[in-house]
Amino acid sequence: MKQLHVIGVSKRYSSKRGSVKALASVSCSVQQGEFVALLGPSGCGKSTLLRLVAGLSQPDDGQIEFREWVQMPKARLVFQDSALFPWMSVWENVAFGLEMEAMPVAERRERAVALLATMGMADFHQHYPHELSGGMRQRVAIARAFATEPDILLMDEPLRALDAQMRLVVQEELLALWNRQKPMVLYVTHDIEEALLLADRVLVMSGKPGKIREEVISGFHRPRDLTGRDHKNLEELKWHIWKLLESDVRGQLQSGTANTV
Amino acid sequence: MTGTKRNAFFHPERWVTVVFFGFCLLVWEVAAQSTWISTLFFPAPSTIVKTLTAMTGTGLFWLTLGTTLYRLLLGVVAGAGAGLVVGWGMGASRKARAVLDPVVAALHPMPKLAIFPIFLVILGIGEASKIALIALAAFFPMLLNTLAGVQHIEQCYWEAASNYGARGMTLLRRVIMPGSLPMAMTGLRLAFNNALVVTIAIEMLSAQDGLGAQIWMSWQTLRTEELYATLIVIGVVGMLSNAVLGRLVVWLLPWHTKA
Ligand SMILES: Nc1ncnc2c1ncn2[C@@H]1O[C@H](COP(=O)(O)OP(=O)(O)OP(=O)(O)O)[C@@H](O)[C@H]1O
Ligand SMILES: [Mg+2]
Repeated sequence: MKQLHVIGVSKRYSSKRGSVKALASVSCSVQQGEFVALLGPSGCGKSTLLRLVAGLSQPDDGQIEFREWVQMPKARLVFQDSALFPWMSVWENVAFGLEMEAMPVAERRERAVALLATMGMADFHQHYPHELSGGMRQRVAIARAFATEPDILLMDEPLRALDAQMRLVVQEELLALWNRQKPMVLYVTHDIEEALLLADRVLVMSGKPGKIREEVISGFHRPRDLTGRDHKNLEELKWHIWKLLESDVRGQLQSGTANTV
Repeated sequence: MTGTKRNAFFHPERWVTVVFFGFCLLVWEVAAQSTWISTLFFPAPSTIVKTLTAMTGTGLFWLTLGTTLYRLLLGVVAGAGAGLVVGWGMGASRKARAVLDPVVAALHPMPKLAIFPIFLVILGIGEASKIALIALAAFFPMLLNTLAGVQHIEQCYWEAASNYGARGMTLLRRVIMPGSLPMAMTGLRLAFNNALVVTIAIEMLSAQDGLGAQIWMSWQTLRTEELYATLIVIGVVGMLSNAVLGRLVVWLLPWHTKA
């Protein structure tokens, strides 16, 4: 079974204005085909962890290991700020990963357009990112990641800019895509319910310095009902996680570094 | 699109400009007609316009204009082209930057005309030395703006490119080049204006033909109305080229919102 192991990873950011311990000895592991959510207060190091797994930065301490993989797995990131290239049209953005893998243009265009259609973006494939709403941009960013059929899919609050109804639809689409490709997923969110409804496991983090507080198994059967009506102990789990986060959040408010949970 | 353009052109503020300059011209005209000011140095606007019309009717004028434009365009294409390539190269490669940064820092502030004698020694007194100097004038603004353009590409785009597997030439072609293009286009405008200044200066300094030479001849022979007429032509060349470059930006950068 292919696995991802994060072993005792620490990361510190230093600048002239001081240094921040973003992650302190964080360990976790993800199995092939597993959907894991990362949940925690703002600034607890969720994005930092994803960037480390993506290889965009190196840990100060500890290791990130990919076990049982014949070659380096393909890890693709859906950035928190979408990071679509403004100079490429929507479909070119979605096809970017495929272009880098030297897929012929006709084929990658067809794939990109098809994928955009499943995200409800069929009519916009020739637009440029600045012509889209925040939620649309985020959907394009998700499509860009799925287009490459990655082994590891890292998503940093991908649905943040979507309204509640659109969110539900895109969540369903996202789970459908995941079901088809079965990459391992690390999914960052601020939304306790979303974490429980999408993921197999929720890693609850706490900040200052960032570490993993507890692992909560959601354990609802799949395919999931994303409205949550069918899941009897959903409220109980939500309450449990809220209790874990509450002191952190209240602490942040008091020290004046409040942000959203 | 054209609707908003029109509105922008006929903005009420424009009338302030038009009225103001109309008034200035009128005062000038009256002052010259009544010889309050020396018509030798400040010929009446109507005289200048007459000279301009007569001038543009001659084949010689178009030859002169052609000569200047030929030098200018050749210099800009060569100089700005080289500046673009070197700018991308320096932007893409830390090593290239380390080697070339001090060279650029030393050469860039040098007044280009001061180097002209050296170019004359190396390239002779023909066209080559002139065009080389014009190219040099276009080279640095283009280089510096292109380089700045690469360095202003936001961190998240570098990361996205790297995460999706962009390396080497594809990184250059798909990220570095388009990402730096908006600032490079600003560089091209500056390069063009710089090159125009140097073209005219160099023609005044050493050429037998071209608009710069014509200005100098007009001055030497005290045909000032011809001097003013030529100045107007140069102004029009500058304005037209800026307008063309502005269209080029819209055409090359359809994704650029500020265009
Ligand atoms: N490039 C950086 N330079 C300096 N400090 C950084 C940098 N990136 C992150 N940090 C700091 O590291 C800590 C963790 O940041 P990170 O972005 O991982 O948090 P997060 O959990 O993703 O927060 P959010 O939910 O708000 O996105 C924060 O305190 C932040 O200030
Ligand atoms: Mg983050």
